[in-house]
Amino acid sequence: MIPVKLRVNGTTELLALDPRVSLLDALREHLGLTGTKKGCNQGACGACTVLVDGERIAACLALAVQYAGRDITTIEGVGQPEHLHPLQQQFISEDGFQCGFCTSGQICSALGMLAEHRAGMPSAVTPDLDAAEIALTEAEIKERMSGNLCRCGAYEGIVGAIERVAR
Amino acid sequence: MRPFGYLSAPDLPTALDAVAAGARPLGGGTNLVDLMREDVERPETLVDVTALPLAGMDELPGGGLRIGAVVRNSHLAADRLVRSRYPVLAQALLAGASGQLRNMATVGGNLLQRTRCPYFRDHAASCNKREPGSGCAALGGLHRGMAVLGTSEHCIAAHPSDMAVALVALDAVVEVQSVRGTRRIPLAELHRPPGETPHVETRLAADELITAVELPALPVARTSRYRKVRDRASFAFALVSVAAALEVRDGEVVDVRLALGGVATTPWRAREAERLLLRAPATDETFRRAAAAELAPAVARPDNAFKIELVQRTVVATLRQLATERSSAERADGTERSSAERADGTEGGAA
Repeated sequence: MIPVKLRVNGTTELLALDPRVSLLDALREHLGLTGTKKGCNQGACGACTVLVDGERIAACLALAVQYAGRDITTIEGVGQPEHLHPLQQQFISEDGFQCGFCTSGQICSALGMLAEHRAGMPSAVTPDLDAAEIALTEAEIKERMSGNLCRCGAYEGIVGAIERVAR
Repeated sequence: MRPFGYLSAPDLPTALDAVAAGARPLGGGTNLVDLMREDVERPETLVDVTALPLAGMDELPGGGLRIGAVVRNSHLAADRLVRSRYPVLAQALLAGASGQLRNMATVGGNLLQRTRCPYFRDHAASCNKREPGSGCAALGGLHRGMAVLGTSEHCIAAHPSDMAVALVALDAVVEVQSVRGTRRIPLAELHRPPGETPHVETRLAADELITAVELPALPVARTSRYRKVRDRASFAFALVSVAAALEVRDGEVVDVRLALGGVATTPWRAREAERLLLRAPATDETFRRAAAAELAPAVARPDNAFKIELVQRTVVATLRQLATERSSAERADGTERSSAERADGTEGGAA
């Protein structure tokens, strides 16, 4: 067991972890933060997306011991039922989910994606890599969110919710 | 997952000692952790190298670029200098994986990622990479995604990296360190074709750690492009891909770099095609002949034979596009010129 200090949603938690424990399992099984979901557990579906120092990652492929001392944000830290994040409100308004299993990953991923866009990061569909400003078109949102699957097919609502928050 | 020891290396000497003692370097874990969970990779100890001071990018005297081995794929793709001087590299990185995985994956880890051949991770099937001498299930099995260049009768698995295809086109050099010292390996020589030993994938010694990748100053790279053809529009490995840089003067190819992905067992520098392109007229016919010559030694099976034609067409399309577009430097010049023309009214007058 390795002592690991995880800083999650502003609170520092001291855990003793086997190095095999993924960040996802540490959050869900050791800290009880079950808002982050385990879908494929191999980095393909995006349900486990969390923010680390503001950047989105797949928590299922992250060993928890690697993230000691980093600033981790899960969906529980994004908003709560009594004070929803604007993006959560838009997911409700725009019908951005049906079963809801992928939603926490979609929202954390979208927050990371919007930060990447604000920082000027291009994507595979950006026409001019040298452009000073990149317009966040529907094509850009779809490409940048391709790491998050929704088996209910709520993509139209997801893109709509992100567009509304980006504006 | 089997138990393993874990060490986060605070400095390079600690990391090199650990690697010399048999530890496997761990970057973002996007490939290694996945394969450990599948019991394909079985390291006894991991040494986390992501805290090492190898996350920097530095311009080299003379205009090249040194990229630390633990620079994240997303940060490399977003770098302004990479985007203007080596657009093919930024495009290749952005064409790979997803936003989440690009934020995790490191440059060194990307170079050492293992194949996506389904039999490599299927313990019920034979695989000479996973279990030397057991045979290759892909030869008589599902092989649509497999390689057609650099294969052997022991392995036809394709190399999965997009980034490495761009880097090999750009004459990248890999810096590796060990407790014995430092050496530099041209990226084109880092990966080994499968031959009789498909499980030996690189020329790294067991105690060596990739510490940096260096790109030379390469003016032709300002006009460069990565084109990837895949089954989905995004977040899929390449069926075929092309990394190309091209400079045309008075209708003649005066400089060219070309590499292929998805079709070969290693990141494939297309040297035969380059030889035929250089000093030849920049026409579709030249592009077609060069692509055909590169693919002449290809060995296909029924379900991946389409790659031979597809990659040739992709080469032609990519070179044609580069031949008709100006470099970013020329574009910048053009912008200045036209705004100057607008300022003195000559643009309207000329029309």
